Formats: sequence, structure tokens, C-alpha cells
Amino acid sequence: MSWTGNVLRVNLTAGTCTSEPLNKAWTRQYLGQRGLATKYLSEEIDPTCDALGPDNKMIMTTGPLTGTMASTAGRYSVVTKSPLTGCVACSNSGGHFGNEMKNAGWDMIIFEGQSPTPVYLYVENEKAELRDASGYWGKSVWDTDAGLKTAHQDPLLRIAAIGVAGEKGVLYACIVNDLHRAAGRSGVGTVMGSKNLKAVAIRGTRGVKVADPLTFMKAATDAKKVLADNAVTGQGLPAYGTQVLMNVINETGALPTHNFRDVQFDGAADISAEAMVAPRKTDGKPNLVTNQACFACTIACGRVSQLDRGHYTVVNRPEYWGASGGLEYEAAWALGAATGVKDLEALTFANFLCNEQAIDPISLGATIAAAMELYEMGVITTEHTGGIELPFGSAQALTTLAELTCKGEGFGAEIGLGSRRLTEKYGHPDLSMTVKSQEFPAYDPRGVQGMGLSYATSNRGACHLRGYTVSSEILGIPEKTDPLSHEGKAGLVKAFQDATAAVDSAGICVFTTFAWTLEHIAPQIAAATGEAYTPESLLEIGERIWNLERRFNMAAGMTAADDTLPKRLLKDAAKTGPAKGMVAPLDKMLPEYYQLRGWTTDGIPTNETVERLAL
Amino acid sequence: MPTATIKLYSVLAQHLPPGAEKNTAPLQIDAATTVGGLIGSLNLPPQHCHLVLLNGVFVPPDARGSTPVRDGDALAIWPPVAGG
Ligand code: SF4
Repeated sequence: MSWTGNVLRVNLTAGTCTSEPLNKAWTRQYLGQRGLATKYLSEEIDPTCDALGPDNKMIMTTGPLTGTMASTAGRYSVVTKSPLTGCVACSNSGGHFGNEMKNAGWDMIIFEGQSPTPVYLYVENEKAELRDASGYWGKSVWDTDAGLKTAHQDPLLRIAAIGVAGEKGVLYACIVNDLHRAAGRSGVGTVMGSKNLKAVAIRGTRGVKVADPLTFMKAATDAKKVLADNAVTGQGLPAYGTQVLMNVINETGALPTHNFRDVQFDGAADISAEAMVAPRKTDGKPNLVTNQACFACTIACGRVSQLDRGHYTVVNRPEYWGASGGLEYEAAWALGAATGVKDLEALTFANFLCNEQAIDPISLGATIAAAMELYEMGVITTEHTGGIELPFGSAQALTTLAELTCKGEGFGAEIGLGSRRLTEKYGHPDLSMTVKSQEFPAYDPRGVQGMGLSYATSNRGACHLRGYTVSSEILGIPEKTDPLSHEGKAGLVKAFQDATAAVDSAGICVFTTFAWTLEHIAPQIAAATGEAYTPESLLEIGERIWNLERRFNMAAGMTAADDTLPKRLLKDAAKTGPAKGMVAPLDKMLPEYYQLRGWTTDGIPTNETVERLAL
Repeated sequence: MPTATIKLYSVLAQHLPPGAEKNTAPLQIDAATTVGGLIGSLNLPPQHCHLVLLNGVFVPPDARGSTPVRDGDALAIWPPVAGG
């Protein structure tokens, strides 16, 4: 129960939609969402396939709690092989789309093949069909959303779509649902574009049943009280959002600045949560309009912002004057500190564009930062950029390149390659701040040492959401550890990675874990599904998922040599702040991590580990 | 007179001295000033002083009373916060 038991298989080459039963045995081994879809993907595709060819598949997937009354239970994920990294991609999104999919009676939608012409999938409960999308091709997510709602005369349709970036092959295009929520990283939108699939529009009215309603309601209600009573999930996140971190991380000397040349940004306060709520000098209004919640969420960390109409980016462009998805911390860092831009309105505008045309703001900002460094070195010139000057700190350069990249035009097409391919093209691959070709998020591993190991071993390339040891190292949740020490970090990283893999497979938001432990989550899943889940069994499932992803990546061609960090972080010491003089000591953590994981010294899961986890 | 910088964020911002900018204000100190002493003199609710950073380095609760604040130091304090 809480599963519908139905998988929708969409063959885009043949133009067919068929229903098949969910593999329940796999749900017991891999839970749902991230774990379950990775199992399906591993069984169904050759990991060496071309990520943008017809042999790759793209799976939209829910978890056992998606669509229930558990807090934050609107999550869904997109699982596929990434064109950016060549690894397994799993991008998780909130909003209302995941809930609608489950309510329509589908646990999972598997897209295979490649449509000869642009199409969208229309789902109304059990009815599912592919329809012509040629009228939407070339349009933004926002226009597609409005157009489909009008065409179907249904304002309650829930839509996930790609923008022009995904059509044009920008390698970090994402899939945006509900206008502002994104399955953001690793280029899942690029895969969708390669399949000529413009959108998925769903209307579901069938409800989601749980196995033991009384026990479930008690577990869900008790857990909501824990969120409400917690200072982070009950007060901090709703008021300031994730952006509260900007000043924290800058103060700790771990805010990567100027493409990781520096670890502190003198403009951090100007682009922080505190700046978003302060009245602007120009029009007296704050950037932040309100907070917003995803389906069933009792935290409501989302930001809704409105631009200053007099700002150079939107003068005479009233289409950007309305309230829209505002800056989250990672986006504000990438578009701001990484590029040295301290104009909050320019960052907000670039973020609007990322939502409108569905590209990952982290990879965009980080790639522009790499281009800015190459420009300052004289390697990239205005001849390459089409006349755009690219010094660090230029808001004009940032917003111009954001517009071009969203459309895959001009020098934006090169920014759309991502940092690794761009820096390689210009002969300076060492300046790419990436792991496995994915751009870093907003924590410098010289100042948060566990994060270096977390990035290096992340199964989807550099990522904060695979093992967020910042929570312990900086924020003291669940308990404080020293961010400047590598001692004990191998175990900490593994624990975070395994627990997060389970949470990402449950249908809930990882932000609940600032207040919840698996002790709060397991009873909700058990009562919803009618299966015996415990904190221990969830941890084991998380470890199984981690190893499953690892084996997919190894089969795709990754080796232990890919578990590394850019030379800059390993060799160049931090220049300021508490980490001054320190590098990321990966070599001191990685061997212990392999050992704890039950992997060989080459990073391969041993036979014993494979057997223990029943992989 | 030796001076330190105090930075208060989130719900603690209301305790900033008048004239603070970007959550930051200068504060005169003396040779006996400690982190715990400053928290007390600014009337900061102890339960909100979760993340206490002296020059960016965390000061654990049991060391606050004995950790001196010196001329030029920056003391930044947050209630429990998180993001990502
Ligand atoms: S905590 Fe934030 S991101 Fe997570 S479900 Fe709630 S509003 Fe969405």
C-alpha cells in the first residue's frame, strides 16, 4: 500500500503508453524513488550507452510516502544516465508534480527510445497518451505551462517541462515543474530534450491509500510536531530559507569565491538572506515577497521574489515584473560569490531565467566563473565571447551570458558545455572546479574538510546533497564536528551518504532531516506501506543504493581515479579565514572510506560486500 | 579603546546595537571581555546562541565563559540554522 502498483512505460520511438505492475520485491530492497528507479535503470540500460541516444532511458519516480499526508511528501525524482557526467543521474524535485503523478495512479513513468517529432505526455488518471508538442517546441517552461493549461482547459494540470536549453543540448538543462521547482542537476533535462519530449502534464484525482491509516496518521502527526518545534525547520527555514547560510559559510571561510581562487567574498552580505528581506534603496521594497511550501510541506523554505522594476535587467520587460521563484543558497552562491557578482537583483533575474528555460543555476554560475578566470588570464577574449567583457564581478556579463546560455546561442553555447569541457577546450582543464564533470556547490572543502571526501565520492559528481556533512561540521546538526579536521570524516561521510540515499528514496524532502532522524521516518513508511521498516533496515537500504549506483558508474567506465578533487583544492592553500594555509586532505580520508565501505583499494565493492547487500 | 566586531543574525538581529549595518556593529571591549560575557551583556537568549564563531571558529558552549575576545576580533552568532 501507498504504492499504486502501476508503472507507466512510454515508448517514444513507437509512440506507445503501456501499464505494467511495479516490481514489489525491488521496493523492499531499494525502497522507492532514487533507489528503486536506479535499480530499474541498471537492469534496463547498458551503462556505457550514449546518454543522449535512444538507448538511454529516463525514469520519473515517486517514493512510498509521495502523495500521503506525511510532511514534505510531494517529492519525485528523475533518474537517467547523465550527459554531463556519464554517471547515474538522480535529480529530486518538490512542488506538486510528484503528488499528482501518484494521485493519477502511477508510481513511476519510464521513458524509452526517442520520438521522431516533439511530443508531450498527457496523463489523466489511468489515461495516458503522447500528443504533438510542435507548437510548444522553442518555448520556455513558463509559456509551455500556460499553453498546456489553456489547451486542456485545466488550470489544475501539474506540468514538468524543459525549456529551450534542454532542446538545444545545454549539458546541465533541468526539468522544471510547477514553474519554479527543478529536478536540477546533472542534465536530466538534456536527456528529456534528446528524446523530443517537451513536457509531462498530469491530472490525478484517485487519492493515495495507506496500509494502516490510524497508525500512519499518528506517526505523521507526531513527526510534524517535531518539525514545528525545531528551531531550524519550524522557524529558521521558513523565515530565511536556505540563504541564511551565505553569511555563515563566508564567516567560516568556506565560501568559494572567484572560481575557488578565494574562500571568502566581500559581497556575501549583499546577496544573503538578510539582504533579501531588507528594503531596497531603489524602490523601498524588499526582494523577498513571501515564502512558499511544496505539497504537504510544513516547513515552507521556498523563496518568492520580485525584482526592482527599474533594474537594468527588466526595464521595459514587464514579463519579469511578477513574483517568481527566488534565490536559494546554492544558486545565489554560484551566480554570485563564484562569479564575484554582488548585485542581488542581477542574481535574482538570472535565477528567474534558469527557472524559465530550465537550466541548473549551480552549473551555470560555476561555468561562468571558470570563463571569467580564463578571461582575466587573457585566454578567453572578447573575440571568443562576441564582444562581451567577462571580468569577475560583472553583473552585466552574468545576466547576458545567462540569457544566451538559456537559449544555447552565441558564447552561451560554450557556457552550456559546462566547466570541464569549456576549460579543456581552452587548454586549462585544471581550472574546472568539478568532480566527474559536475560543478561544485557552495562549500569549499579546504574549510569543510569532510565535504572534500563527500564531493570526491559522490555518485553523481560534485554535489552537496549526497552527503551533507556541512550539517555536522558547520551547523552542529545532529552534533558538532570540527570542519578543519579530517579525523573521523570517512565514517561521517558514509553515514550521511547512506542515510540520505534512504531519505531520497522515501518521497520526502531531505530538509526534514535537520529535525528528523530515521527514527521519525521509518514508522511513517512502515504504516504507509504495511511493510516492516526500521531505522536499521533503512540504513541498510541506503548502503545498498549507494553500492548499486557505484556499480552502475563503474560499469559506465568510472574508476577510483575519478574519486578526486581539482588540483587547486588539493595543492593551493586557502588564503584567508580559519582554513588559511590548509588544502583538502583527500588522501588522508579516501583509503579509510574505501575500507569502511567494504571496497577494494581500487574502490570496487568486494564480493563480500556485494553478497552482504544482496546486490 | 580596544574594539571588536559583533555580528548577529536571524532572530538575534534585534539585539544589535543602534547604527549596525549589514548585521554588524563595532563594540568596545576591555581586557577581561569573554565570549560568554559579551553574550550576557547584549542580553542574547542563550538558547538562541547556537552557532558562536570567534573569527570564524566555533566556540563550544563550555568554553565561552573562558574564551577572551581581543582587539580586532569578530564574534558572529546565529540561532540554529540550516540550508543546502
Ligand atoms: S522544505 Fe522546502 S524544498 Fe523541502 S519540501 Fe518543503 S518547501 Fe519544498
